[in-house]
Amino acid sequence: MSVVTGIGVVAPNGLGVERYWKSTVEGSVGIGELTRFDSSGYSSRLAGQVLDLDVAEHLPSKLLPQTDVSTRMALVAAQWALEDSAVDVGSMTDYDMGVVTANAAGGFEFTHREFHKLWSQGPRHVSVYESFAWFYAVNTGQISIRHGMRGPSTALVAEQAGGLDAIGHARRTVRRGTPLVVTGGVDSAFDPWGWVSHLSSGRVSTGSDPTRAYQPFDRDASGYVPGEGGAILVVEDEAAARARGARIYGEIAGYASTFDPPPDSGRPPALGRAAELALADAGVEPSQVDVVFADSVGVAELDRAEARVIRELFTPFGVPVTAPKALTGRLFSGGGPLDVVAALMSIKDGVIPPTAGTAEVPADYGIDLVLGEPRKADVGTALVLARGRWGFNAAIVVRRVSPDQRS
Amino acid sequence: MTKLTIDDIRRVLVECAGGDEASKWTGDVSALDFDELGYDSLALMETATRLQLDYGVHLPEDEIAEVRTPGELLDFVNGRLAEAA
Repeated sequence: MSVVTGIGVVAPNGLGVERYWKSTVEGSVGIGELTRFDSSGYSSRLAGQVLDLDVAEHLPSKLLPQTDVSTRMALVAAQWALEDSAVDVGSMTDYDMGVVTANAAGGFEFTHREFHKLWSQGPRHVSVYESFAWFYAVNTGQISIRHGMRGPSTALVAEQAGGLDAIGHARRTVRRGTPLVVTGGVDSAFDPWGWVSHLSSGRVSTGSDPTRAYQPFDRDASGYVPGEGGAILVVEDEAAARARGARIYGEIAGYASTFDPPPDSGRPPALGRAAELALADAGVEPSQVDVVFADSVGVAELDRAEARVIRELFTPFGVPVTAPKALTGRLFSGGGPLDVVAALMSIKDGVIPPTAGTAEVPADYGIDLVLGEPRKADVGTALVLARGRWGFNAAIVVRRVSPDQRS
Repeated sequence: MTKLTIDDIRRVLVECAGGDEASKWTGDVSALDFDELGYDSLALMETATRLQLDYGVHLPEDEIAEVRTPGELLDFVNGRLAEAA
């Protein structure tokens, strides 16, 4: 059994799991006008920015010249997760610790700056660190190097679905015999080049009200707001975690990923199959699921498709559904892991956070979206869904572990 | 003729590869290995590239790879500057 023993969060509405969770339950929004550069000429101007993280306070100065902002956030989140887990990394064998992270954008801002040097000053001015700072595997690599973790390690790329794939693969890695794996995802791409890349999806909201621009499942849904940050988790073999007396947040009980058929195939998207396979993997019936953390793109066609999946699997209005990402924006590889954190905290505190901003869900969606106020609920099992652009789907089942349970 | 000091080496190294502790360098530390100071081969490459751009000196990559300490780097750069003068 793979259990979560440590959580590190870098989110637009809160640094650290406690502040993120408080903001999420209270509905504190982390979305605002994009201030990383002059965005006044762009069609969309709202973003979920992490504005209060002083990386120099947390990271050795030698790591700064060689890291993109996204990698710095990943390193801080990993450090917090390890501190939260109270594991003594130094006492463990390096090959018994792995790192599995997802990444969707790579080191965008860093690369933008180096490309600017390349074209304006010439190749000799490009930083040698660009050789890896851009790279999808860089967060896995830097976490591995910093904490001396030489066990099986991987990087996964599947747009917004990738973060759940990473956690699923971390569970697989634990099952194959690695006692501890650091996992999750963090992304950031808020330089001008990164921003136009976001806008190229055609799904970014052009709204100007931070509380209304991203309204998952709303009848007036008009796109999503991009965000930055994410979450890193420490996943351990349950026996190893119990042997060292670790606090256990919950179990990663099931996982599945699927890929959509071609758009012109006439066959339905494969999100529903991912959800079914993840439940089967966990040995859980739909009736046993207490809450669904939905992917919730905030685009009518995609919301409708996801609502149909949930309705058909759980019966109409058969399970509470929520989308706390309305407060942070979509974090790409960070989105799924942050939802897993929210699911674990729902289990811990017995409360389902609301979907901020959303006012009215079309009746024919047939979903019980938690709106307005947090809802008290005894949450034992949660399903987390994620879709990545171009056909990626992933689902994770998170389950409560009772303190005296033995595997 | 331009002649660098150990302070110039320290400044460029810190700008290129970080490291606050380098601000406490004395002459003795300049004899420590880059490894011991926490600088890897990439840090040295980045620093060498910057020295070449800033001081107009050519530092062949294979020879830079042989340099082990800040003191050796200083001597190497000043030697190349003297040859070019």
